[in-house]
Amino acid sequence: MNNFAYSRAADVADAVRQIAADRNAKFIAGGTNLIDLMKYDVERPVRLIDITRLPLRAVEETRDGGVRVGALVPNSDLAYHPLIEARYPLLASAILAGASAQLRNMASTGGNLLQRTRCLYFYDTATPCNKREPGSGCSAINGINRTNAILGTSEACIATHPSDMCVALAALEATVHVAGPSGERCIDFADFHRLPGDTPDRDTNLESQEIITAIELPAKGFAENHSYLKIRDRLSYAFALVSVAAALEINGGRIRDARLALGGVAHKPWRDREAEALLQGAVPERTVFAKAADRLLRDAKGYAHNAFKIDLARRAIIRTLAQAANATPQIQSVKKIR
Amino acid sequence: MTSSIGTATSRVDGRAKVTGRAKYAGEFNVPGLAYGAVVMSTITKGRIARIDTTQALKVEGVIDILTHDNRPPMASDDKDYSDDVAPEGGSPFRPLYDDRIRFNRQPIALVLAEDWETARFAATLVQVHYEVEGFATDLHAELERARAVDKPVKPRGDASKALARAALRLSADYLIPAEYHNPMEPFAATVIWDGDGKLTIHDKTQGVQNVQRYVCGIFHLKPDDVRVTSPFVGGAFGSGLRPQYEVVLATLGALKLKRPVRVVLTREEMYGLSYRPMTLERLALGASAEGALDAVMHEAIAMTSRNEDFSRNDTAWAELLYKSSNARYVHKLAALDVVTPADMRAPGAATGVYALECAMDELAVALKLDPLELRLRCYSERDQGSGQPYSSKQLRECYRQGAEAFGWAKRNAAPRSMRDGSELVGWGMATGVWEALQMPFATRILLTANGHVEVSCAATDIGTGTYTVMAQVAADMLGAPVDSITVKLGDSSLPQAQVEGGSWTAASVAHAIANAADDLRKELLALAQTMPNSPLQGLKLDDVVLADGAIAAKGDTRRSIGLADVMRQAGVERIEKERGSDFKEDDKHAHNTHSAVLAEVKVDEELGVIRVTRVVNAVAAGRIINTKTATSQIMGGVVWGIGMALHEEALVDHAFGRVMNANIAEYHVPVNADIHEVKVIFVEEPDSVINPLGIKGVGEIGIVGVAAAVANAVYHATGTRVRDLPITLDKLARPTGSGDLELGQSRAAKQ
Repeated sequence: MNNFAYSRAADVADAVRQIAADRNAKFIAGGTNLIDLMKYDVERPVRLIDITRLPLRAVEETRDGGVRVGALVPNSDLAYHPLIEARYPLLASAILAGASAQLRNMASTGGNLLQRTRCLYFYDTATPCNKREPGSGCSAINGINRTNAILGTSEACIATHPSDMCVALAALEATVHVAGPSGERCIDFADFHRLPGDTPDRDTNLESQEIITAIELPAKGFAENHSYLKIRDRLSYAFALVSVAAALEINGGRIRDARLALGGVAHKPWRDREAEALLQGAVPERTVFAKAADRLLRDAKGYAHNAFKIDLARRAIIRTLAQAANATPQIQSVKKIR
Repeated sequence: MTSSIGTATSRVDGRAKVTGRAKYAGEFNVPGLAYGAVVMSTITKGRIARIDTTQALKVEGVIDILTHDNRPPMASDDKDYSDDVAPEGGSPFRPLYDDRIRFNRQPIALVLAEDWETARFAATLVQVHYEVEGFATDLHAELERARAVDKPVKPRGDASKALARAALRLSADYLIPAEYHNPMEPFAATVIWDGDGKLTIHDKTQGVQNVQRYVCGIFHLKPDDVRVTSPFVGGAFGSGLRPQYEVVLATLGALKLKRPVRVVLTREEMYGLSYRPMTLERLALGASAEGALDAVMHEAIAMTSRNEDFSRNDTAWAELLYKSSNARYVHKLAALDVVTPADMRAPGAATGVYALECAMDELAVALKLDPLELRLRCYSERDQGSGQPYSSKQLRECYRQGAEAFGWAKRNAAPRSMRDGSELVGWGMATGVWEALQMPFATRILLTANGHVEVSCAATDIGTGTYTVMAQVAADMLGAPVDSITVKLGDSSLPQAQVEGGSWTAASVAHAIANAADDLRKELLALAQTMPNSPLQGLKLDDVVLADGAIAAKGDTRRSIGLADVMRQAGVERIEKERGSDFKEDDKHAHNTHSAVLAEVKVDEELGVIRVTRVVNAVAAGRIINTKTATSQIMGGVVWGIGMALHEEALVDHAFGRVMNANIAEYHVPVNADIHEVKVIFVEEPDSVINPLGIKGVGEIGIVGVAAAVANAVYHATGTRVRDLPITLDKLARPTGSGDLELGQSRAAKQ
């Protein structure tokens, strides 16, 4: 861990000013990932700008029927917020599938989006990693890659994004509000995280001088038919091997709208509009779910230890869609899969 | 007065622990304390060409940086680095000794600073230049080069021939990956330099006197000048049996700086200490169609370091459990460029019995016999190697009570035949066995005229409940309430103790206490009989008891004198008695603990997610001193066994020779969600042969057999036999594109 300076941001504008003035500075909110990475010498910020006192803790309804979540709302507060529980239970469920109660108490909404990969090599400075040290090489491609990506990988990086919450946000088509030196802008959730390509060191399209101020959820919350299913190596407190967020709108025995997002399989929450299109208008049944799964996974590529994820993802998609269609969403505190 | 032995007594140190008053090795604060941060090697083998400390030394607050180049003098003979638990004839690792790199994450420098944060930051600035050499860390690649160790259990009959002619043969290979102890408390040492060459060392260890001798050996110090304490230990599980490098580094720092130094290891650094070695277990069983074993062959191939041969008995457990006229056991070691493996809870048995008990399950399947019935048909009343009977063996009763509590009779034998909605249900069982050892320990009892009792011993309580059981035994022997007894442990200046390991501490200290109490009673009787008109006149030692704060005639409590009166009358303020455990050698019996483990798993048929929903562990381990702490011990073993079956695995990248999941986020142990119902049964097992109090010890038996019971249950649920641990869901699923999990192929060969 390196020596670092500490300062506090007075307001959002001040936060932006401070980060713009120091390219080796980092914002700190809950610190649940950043502090770990600093201890492992993976992140070496020379200055931490504490944003925890910024007024970004509100959860409020928007004029067009959605909900705006301040970037500093703790994950646990968000998961148990009455508005979220009632209207976006998929999001609440995904949050509760992640980390531990203690971590969720500390972790912020904005910080959750900025979690870095749990690829074993990214964490170990004794090994090459293009994400940590561009150009040094990818140790995972020919190394221990059991938890790595099967979709959207590149020669440079096969890391996954570790968040559960983001998988639900992708399915719900949230919008990320950010502020920067040139003012505020919105980023569609699908465009927020990047694929590794040949710049795996960049996880997101957030500019280095920008700060996340809020996440906005559109009015449609799929509260009737949804499920978040996370498959992992132990029954809690482990990152997803594969996770699935399924959200369906069912009317008259047919699927009118469908969202399907996967975690643990790619550098970003993975969606496939063609796979979702296969569900739209169909009668909700396993054969249709299987077709959507096959479409979503058609370009999946396994490595030495993670090829099992392709079939596992297929089964998990089918199961999660069935849970959503049957209105029997997975309950995170119950480890038996419904 | 009621006996405390046998009751569910709460921990006497529980309050101190939960209120933070119990001090651990890294918590001793002294003025002038300097903090050490370790620099680890990032290569696996080679030499340190140069260590550049220039940048690190410039950091304000850095005091010094120790390397092999500038450290204080250390001994040069292997024998000086040996310890009570070191493998014989090896060359123990010497921290910061020379420029050789022998394993990845080897400590190569110690940054000393005024505070921990500064030390840690400066450690990242130390530049190390290596001359890298080729290395080997992969057991699978070195199997052919493995050498047999000298002292296997002797073969009986001709196992190969018997196997060849057996009606039914089963051969299978099982693999246990390297597993790490991961105690909650990190390894830490606070070494206080007293100014006149004396050292007080607070170290996390399972043996303070072992560390004392070790430090004296390395630094050529006199035992009187080195005091080692370890009053509380936050789990160790075998990792603290041998002295670890934090105590060497902190001592080097204290000697160099002539001031107190603390070194606390990080979780990652603890992956450079020790571990349960990866072991390949090759089993071959030959049986008659009726389920009588005729041949047992068990070969283990385990990893060790290049400098020491670490091996434990993996292979001969069938000698104790199952009748067979022919048996052969071979244990081989493959030397790798790694740190030496170490004992880890039930070393040898946790791994070897896993393999044996899975093989027995496979044999039962092949024979179409209930696996419990097969065990009973093969039940051995004798240790077949020695031909001796057991001092006690209530294993049949373990099977009976365990099966009854579990409801085993309702089991449908066919794999995949039981289900609960979307889950396949599997019931599996296994036998557990461990040694009932006892060692020479000494304790001192100090009785003061005000009725207070202090019992002391250099033993350590590693969380097992030693403080509590010692207070209980002393209470019974002295006829005093538990709360009138203070127990002092974990200090090398106290009466002699072996390391806390091998499940031997409870039996050993209990008998040392009983003997010291006898001496105390003798003296009290003598004093009492000098009193005028003593009601105890003419009574012999065996005729009197200590009870309710008095010495009394056995069976006639009216003839009694209060201890305070006795001591006051005699003008004695305190009586102090020290005795050893003084066990009589019993070479006519085998001494073991046994268990029957039954497990229920539920496996999601579509996704392969495994839940261990029930475990019953029925244990026969002699007299249980404290049913509460003993139950905790067994439950802990069950939890660990579940982790061994489903979760634990050090992931080594052999391109780097490095454990890649060196933290407890990625090295998985069970969490609360993974543990459901765990029922512990202690089967009555009177044993007047093993020792006067009939105590055997429960530290290790709890884990033995658990992984096998879970693995056998997974097979029963799914029809897929996974032999290499951990059983992760990807090993269950054979991708078929659709439908259910495909049946795995058993390698049982029928003739």
